[in-house]
Formats: sequence, C-alpha cells, structure tokens
Amino acid sequence: MTATAKNEEQAPEGAPEGAPKGAPKGAEVIQVRDLVAHWGPRKILNEINLEIHEGEIMVIMGGSGSGKSTFLRHLMALERPTSGSINVLGRDIGSMGVREMFELRKKIGVAFQGGALFSSMTVGENIMLPLHENTGLDRMTMEIMARMKLEVVDLAGFENLMPSELSGGMIKRAAFARAIIMDPKILFCDEPSAGLDPVVSSALDDLILRMRDAMGMTIVVVTHELESAFKIADRITMLDKGDILFTGTVKELKKSKNQRIQNLLNRQTEEDTLDPDEYLRRLTGEELGKGAAP
Amino acid sequence: MKHDITEKNNVTIVSLVGDVDLESSPEARKILMECVNLNRPVLVNLSGIGYIDSSGVASLIEALQTARKRDGEFALVKVSDGALRVLQLARLDKIFTIYDTVEDGLAGVS
Repeated sequence: MTATAKNEEQAPEGAPEGAPKGAPKGAEVIQVRDLVAHWGPRKILNEINLEIHEGEIMVIMGGSGSGKSTFLRHLMALERPTSGSINVLGRDIGSMGVREMFELRKKIGVAFQGGALFSSMTVGENIMLPLHENTGLDRMTMEIMARMKLEVVDLAGFENLMPSELSGGMIKRAAFARAIIMDPKILFCDEPSAGLDPVVSSALDDLILRMRDAMGMTIVVVTHELESAFKIADRITMLDKGDILFTGTVKELKKSKNQRIQNLLNRQTEEDTLDPDEYLRRLTGEELGKGAAP
Repeated sequence: MKHDITEKNNVTIVSLVGDVDLESSPEARKILMECVNLNRPVLVNLSGIGYIDSSGVASLIEALQTARKRDGEFALVKVSDGALRVLQLARLDKIFTIYDTVEDGLAGVS
C-alpha cells in the first residue's frame, strides 16, 4: 500500500503559541518518495511517501514492529534505503557524498532515546561537543551557548556534573540541549517520553513546543505515547506493518473510521483483532513471499 | 553579514545587517567587543537582522557582560520578533535592555 500525506485542515486562526497548529503551509523540508527498506530478507517499509513541512511537528506513531524506528533512521540518513528516495533540505540524501552528508548533519539535531551522553564528559562538555567538532567558535562563545541551552531545558547550573549524576529526565533534557546546540533546522526525537513520569514527560512536550515556536524548527518525533502525541503534533503519521495507515491532524485521526487506527488508538492488542487467514499466511511463510511448504 | 558603526551624543551605535549565524558570529563578536572597548555607551541596532542564531546571541551576551564589568551601558534597539523569540526562549529578554527606537536608546543610555 502506498499512502501520501493528505491534509486540508487549516491552522486555527489566532491559535495560541505552544499548541499544535494543524496542517502547516511552510515549505517541504523532508520529502520521502516510494521508500522501501529491508532488514535482511524482511521488508520493513513498503513504498512510503510523506512530506514534512518547515516549522511542523510531525509525530510518527505505530505499534511494535510497525517500522517507525527504521523510518526514523532512514530520515536521519543512518540507513540506506532498498529503493526510493529521501530528500532533506533540498538534497537527495541517497546521492550525497561524505562531505555533503557532513554539511547536512550540521543542520540536523538528534535527541536519542537513551540520551547517548558520553559518560566520561561533563554535561557541559557533552553539549559543546557538536560545536567543537563542527565550528571554530571561540571557547567563551561555546560556553555561553551551552549555558543558554541548559537554561532552555531547565538545567541551568548543571554543566559541571557528570551524566551519571543526573536523573533519567535530566539526561533526556541534556540530550535535547546537545541536539539543539547548533540551532538545527530539523530536530529528530526518538521516544522522548519513554521511561519518564507523566510530569517530566509533559515538561518535555512543552519544551518541544517552545522550540518549534521560538526557533521555527521542524521537529520529527517518534513516540508510542498517545497523550504526548496529541499534545504536540501538528500532524501524525501512523505506521502499521511498514505501511502508512494515516497521515493527518490529531482531529482527523480521532475522527478516523479505520478500524485498525481505532484499535491502535484504543490500545487493542493484535490478539483481539486476529485475522485467521493472515495469521495462517504468516505461519506458512506466504507473507514473506516464500510460498507454502510443498 | 554587514555592519555600520556611528557615534552620536558620545554613544556608539553599531548596526548589524543580514544573518548572524555560525559563519558570521565570530566577526559580530569582534565588532561588538571593539565597540565595548571604546568605553562609551553602546547601542546595537538589530533592525537589519534577518536571522540571529545562538552563536550570535552568545556574542551579544559576552559584550553585555564585558560592558557591565566596566559599569558601561550596552543595549539593543529594534529587536525583530524572530530575534526576540530566540532571546525569550532562554529568558534573555530579562537581561538585555531593549529599546524600540534609536532615539529612545540614545535617551536611555546617555
């Protein structure tokens, strides 16, 4: 199945800052065309088509094994697609050389699920690392930038601590600070709420909204947390078994009559909605194109 | 990025024009520090700024701190909405004095 982002809903006039703005009208900063990805012989993504716009918060959702993490890795240019193309900030990443990829990555920030801070460096050194690697800025400028970002993520004064001295929520926020240190055009966030209590999770959602509003960032968030997705998303893309099941606003998603979407929204397990024929095909290997055993 | 430095009523007015980003902020920092080192009040006119990133804001902060250490005046003028949002994100609008017009700035820092 091929699905393309469809969205006609207008951002509500006079919508307050820090709220989803609905379907964006900005330029397309990410274009995915007929993306197919495999893991070994198994097809993970099946002809995905999607556009993500400037200043938009796009949330990618899906159950376990839906392909959302693989999709994110492709958007971040960490994986090469089997076929299809991904255009980021006007460039086809499949045809980029090492130098072009290096330049592109300066414009992209990534907040990894586990934080991915270096344990041997202080929080401040972790945050400044991209500046050391990519710029020739004066040391004082870098330190001020790092402290500014720590202010933004409410970690002011923590720059000299080691990551092991931080709580899970603080590590996530420090990872955000590092991800935005270069003022990226696009920020990718992998499961920002995972493992956090509701209060800390909600604060991170607020932070994502503030960054979008203040810096005009395009933000792509992979999450399985419905509450968080509904709070921050301008649009949601729902993946299911490698296909795009839906792309649209939260309002449109909630109104969807698609049973599979409703099942995912209502957290119904696959066991509750088992299709016996499909299950049999899976057991006999037909789904993988191997055909039934003779 | 381009810049222009003038002097009026013993106040240095530095106008930055264009984008202040990772590429141009080292130059902006140098210009701002030179203006502060003149030991006169400094107004930084940001009306010609299209985009200013964190490195540009960091240069403004360093110049402000240097001026304050010398009990000098350092203020911003005509901050665009976009630049103001960047300042507000880190609550920097609380530490900079911001004037709507050069005339207001001159009256404020003189």
